[in-house]
Amino acid sequence: MTTGAGEEVVIETEGLTKRYGDVTAVDDLRLRIQEGEIYGLLGPNGSGKTTTILMLLGLTEPTAGSARVLGFDPVREPLKVKAKVGYLPDQVGFYDELTARENLAYIAKLNGLPRPEAERRLDEALERMGLADVADRPVGTYSRGMKQRLGLAELLLKRPRVIILDEPTLGLDPEAAREFLQTIRGLKAEGITVLLSSHLLHQVQQICDRVGLFHKGRKVLEGTVPELARRVLGGAYRVRVHAQSERDLRPALEGVAGVRAVIAQDGVYELEAERDVRPDVAEAVVRAGGKLLGLELEEPSLDDIYARYFERLEHQHQDEQAQEGEGVTARGGAR
Amino acid sequence: MAERVEARPRRAEREGSPWTGLWAVVAKEMADHLTSARMRFLELIILLTAVGTVYLALQELRRTEEFLYLALLTRSRDPLPAFVGFMGFLVPLIAIALGFDAINGEFNRRTLSRVLAQPIYRDALLLGKFLAGLFTLALVLTAIWLLVMGLGLLRLGVPPTGVEVARGLLYLLTTIAYGGVWLGLALTFSIVFRQPATAALSSIAVWLFVTVFWGMLVGLIVQGLTDDPVAQTRWGLALVRLSPNTLYSEASLALLHPTIESTLRIMGVITPLQLVQLQWAVPTPLPLSQSLMTIWPHLTGLIAATILLFALSYVLFQRQEIRA
Repeated sequence: MTTGAGEEVVIETEGLTKRYGDVTAVDDLRLRIQEGEIYGLLGPNGSGKTTTILMLLGLTEPTAGSARVLGFDPVREPLKVKAKVGYLPDQVGFYDELTARENLAYIAKLNGLPRPEAERRLDEALERMGLADVADRPVGTYSRGMKQRLGLAELLLKRPRVIILDEPTLGLDPEAAREFLQTIRGLKAEGITVLLSSHLLHQVQQICDRVGLFHKGRKVLEGTVPELARRVLGGAYRVRVHAQSERDLRPALEGVAGVRAVIAQDGVYELEAERDVRPDVAEAVVRAGGKLLGLELEEPSLDDIYARYFERLEHQHQDEQAQEGEGVTARGGAR
Repeated sequence: MAERVEARPRRAEREGSPWTGLWAVVAKEMADHLTSARMRFLELIILLTAVGTVYLALQELRRTEEFLYLALLTRSRDPLPAFVGFMGFLVPLIAIALGFDAINGEFNRRTLSRVLAQPIYRDALLLGKFLAGLFTLALVLTAIWLLVMGLGLLRLGVPPTGVEVARGLLYLLTTIAYGGVWLGLALTFSIVFRQPATAALSSIAVWLFVTVFWGMLVGLIVQGLTDDPVAQTRWGLALVRLSPNTLYSEASLALLHPTIESTLRIMGVITPLQLVQLQWAVPTPLPLSQSLMTIWPHLTGLIAATILLFALSYVLFQRQEIRA
């Protein structure tokens, strides 16, 4: 199936639903992920991300709806799906008493790779993840970051077309997380489609082409980060101006067309604007006799978007409840 | 809506063989078993028991006896029980040790979802683990069996007869089937309980119950059921045979101690009174075919119990959510 510019849809779901008893873990999910993109499945813990992933891999059966991964149905043809899709679970574990090489060799065997081919791919993958030197050490001695990289090396063994990463940066220190995300971006460059889930929105927002924000099993928002920012934050651009001046520059900045608000603090001005006002701001600062030291557009943060969205939702909810409450009293009165 | 209904011709068959990757799992698990400290320790114990009991049995033997090699396995001298007796409780122990952390161990190491994300079905993982356990058990037991035979050959200086070898091999087979029951139980518990320690202790609890308490309990039940002594014996025999331990010891006795007396006792046609009369009977050994016929139900029972337990674990595992 193709859409728009002839890009292939590699993962698609229609009305995908999973219920555990009374709890609906995933609710009527419609997902389209195109080849070569990095898609972020984002949301707090327990919002249905992992369940979605397990259904895509055929590791758990959907209660309703259907999914297609690379054109295969995960319920009926899980082996075909799993042969081409690499999955890195959250807090991945290995057989600690075996070496990295032995661990990967087992996975290669489960994938039915012939011995020489397996060994070649194994060396390649370990080399690529920077684990070649420690490949013969028991995995029990590895750090969290190394295990995560070993997990990625394992995915590469399959030469996957899609990789699915569940909370890939969980438990990594910021530096290791950043490096790991860079590696993932490198995989995208090879044409591998990446689906990742995370609740650490700020960490993954830089590498996701598109994100879907989950809340209580439902996908509530979807799009690129700037798109969502426009939609939820009302198209606000935040510009940070660092300028030196004898006078207060605030009036000058407020005078720039499109600027809605200015917050000043120690020579740093935070502007909220309707558009990218950087050229005009630079001009205004200079004209007001100030020295411009820095000018940058702040990326809208997914955390802000998420928080703002739910604030709004909460308000709506409260309003609804209030209305309902009134309805009840009215009915009560009628009786 | 119509589309959704159409998209769900569920319960449709899944594609691909359920045994893909089975042998990779078996090889890996067997390698794990054979190199694990747990198994080495158990092997050492069983080795010491074998050498100890056989050594003592050798001193008890008279050269003129028929079935010298079978006597090697069954003859005991204080303070040690016979080799057969030891196996009766060492084999369950080994089998439980091989299976109690099969599935929950993977859960706790967080390797289960990673392994199942490979192009294999759960069937392959479970059966692979079961077969690996069974093969390991068979390997260890065969090695011990050969060791005992070898010791006998060295010390007795006469080769075993064909019948002795055949009976010995059948005994080996029975022992493996007996181990299979406990392996199946341990495997089931490894799925039911998330903690390996709980699974191990529960398996051992069942084993203790069956070995030690079931016999006593049957005595009480039977007394409650009827006053007729013959009926009591019948009922007692039927009930006590629910225990795999009973099946195993009776089968071993029939195979390794082929007298009419022991066989009749197994067949349950004997009362204490008849036993006294039998003292005067000619102690002719039973032919192998007759012994085999006697223990056929026992052997079938053991194998059936193994398959039942495995089927139970299979159903439980297929239904289990694999998310940690």
